Amino acid sequence: MATAVMTTLDPKSRSAARGMSDLTIRNLFIVPTIVFLIVFNIFPLLYSLGYSFTDFRASSAAPATFVGLQNYRELLNDPFIWSNFAITAKYVIVSVVGQVIVGFGVALLLNRDIPLKGLLTTLLLLPMMLSMAVVGLFWKLLYDPSFGIINYTLGLGSFEWLSNPDMALYAVAITDIWMWSPFVMLLSLAGLSAVPKHLYEAAAIDRAGSFYTFFRITLPLVAPILMIAIIFRTMEAFKTFDLAYILTSQPTTEVISIRLYKMAFQEWQTGRSCALAYIVLIMILAITNIYVKYLNKVKER
Amino acid sequence: MAAVTTSTERSLNKLAIVGVLIVTIIFLAPIYWIASTAFKPRNLATTIPPTVVFQPEISPFVKLFTKRSQLRTAPTPEQYAAAPWWERLVFDGGEKVVRSGRGEVQWSGYPNRFMNSLIVAITSTILAVGMGTFTAYGFSRFKIKGEQDLLFFILSTRMLPPVVVAIPMFLMYRAVGLNDTHWGLIILYTAFNLSFSVWLMKGFMDEIPKEYEEAALVDGYTRIEAFFKIVLPEAATGIAATAVFCFITAWNEYAFALIMTNRRAQTAPPFIPSQVGSGLSDWTVIAAGTFLFLLPVAIFTFLLRNHLLRGMSFGAIRK
Repeated sequence: MATAVMTTLDPKSRSAARGMSDLTIRNLFIVPTIVFLIVFNIFPLLYSLGYSFTDFRASSAAPATFVGLQNYRELLNDPFIWSNFAITAKYVIVSVVGQVIVGFGVALLLNRDIPLKGLLTTLLLLPMMLSMAVVGLFWKLLYDPSFGIINYTLGLGSFEWLSNPDMALYAVAITDIWMWSPFVMLLSLAGLSAVPKHLYEAAAIDRAGSFYTFFRITLPLVAPILMIAIIFRTMEAFKTFDLAYILTSQPTTEVISIRLYKMAFQEWQTGRSCALAYIVLIMILAITNIYVKYLNKVKER
Repeated sequence: MAAVTTSTERSLNKLAIVGVLIVTIIFLAPIYWIASTAFKPRNLATTIPPTVVFQPEISPFVKLFTKRSQLRTAPTPEQYAAAPWWERLVFDGGEKVVRSGRGEVQWSGYPNRFMNSLIVAITSTILAVGMGTFTAYGFSRFKIKGEQDLLFFILSTRMLPPVVVAIPMFLMYRAVGLNDTHWGLIILYTAFNLSFSVWLMKGFMDEIPKEYEEAALVDGYTRIEAFFKIVLPEAATGIAATAVFCFITAWNEYAFALIMTNRRAQTAPPFIPSQVGSGLSDWTVIAAGTFLFLLPVAIFTFLLRNHLLRGMSFGAIRK
């Protein structure tokens, strides 16, 4: 991705003399954005880094006292925090695996000769564009044990979804799978349609079985794009807050973002929550790093 | 693949069509259920078996926009006759529209929240796309030291979990009085969308041949003139697509809005769930609010359909 350097203007030329220099324009175009992001993203993070070493509580007037690494030490030794991470991990696995199976599966179906393919694809993409919080709320009605259409359609009687501690996390994951399988489908479709047709023709001539064709031709060629979808969804599922927060209040669905929210804005343990925020942040940055590597890899093709 | 259209191939294709149709129906069912509940009479919203065929009503929307209270005694025939059509719909539901002492109809909280959503989403979109377009051009055309690192930095700000950013922002906003204001949310959404806008616009900018500007420079345009007169018109589609994506993101956002606003500047996403309280919630009204809220995004999705892939991959996959 080499940047194209434009022909530098002859400094004596008319237009160069009239206008600003390229260097000025470049700075004028780029610096405000960088400054904006530093002021509103990086500075706040430094601010909370400072607080993470204190016992500050935003609800009280007491000044913050420096406690060193105590917050971090306590958090990392707190079994409850680890159980929040375990819940998050379970949620990530269930929802991402579900999205990959459904999304990639539907993409395989759509990759055939389907009438009205464009319209159907757009309709299928609708869920992921909608507000998680608002649509998630409506799933409460769908999951309702006495009059929800899910139990009615599946003939489950008055099966408890959201108020059942064992089921609630899966219910949230199912809603997430509904919302985000289309994302995996969209990316998989792009990958599938990029597989050169002549490879399939060659395989057909060689009388290769469909199993062989799938694992030796389709999958390896779609893999890079599928990886992008998987990493991105993993990151988003790791950060998940809206859906789980709105759908249930079960302790078994307390993913790490919800714990963080409660610690910061309900229990007002500001210092401690800043420390937890940092632990989460470092994990997210690690995933982001992998994600960007894959993005650039696909871009170069 | 003309040679391989065997009969197995054809029946597999038929199977795929059936499969796609079933999946589409399942995926659209929840959305259909929201839309249909928004037009149901209240007593049909939560029936067993679920009501699919019914006489559509507009009353959920009337209830959505007005403040109502339970009707203790039925309205007198004169009251009923004097009431406008929409007020009768509320009477029919066993409620009455709350009026001020001077007889003015009191609005519910919804229109206000809807307006807040519009103000915040539109303003932050303009700011993010505006700044993003300039920056993307800068990255696309000029040599920048550490370009990859800067672009990674820009993208990483987008990946930050909202709750992580919200903790220090809440404290800072409290100190400067930006909590529960439009500008407080606008700044957050602009920052959130800016990185996306830079990445997506850079892809669009890279596609505009730089020969266009070079020709303009030779003709005596300044670089700035060339940018505004040559590059911007070429980038119009990209700018529009980026703007729609930014709008949708800001429009849908929940966590920041929940934490940073509570009344004055509250947007629709935290407001709508707060209306589901006790077991007595009127799902038709909630559905009506949800329906109106989702409608713009549904329309935009159709307009954006050819750019969805690109937007969802931060411009990396273009097709």
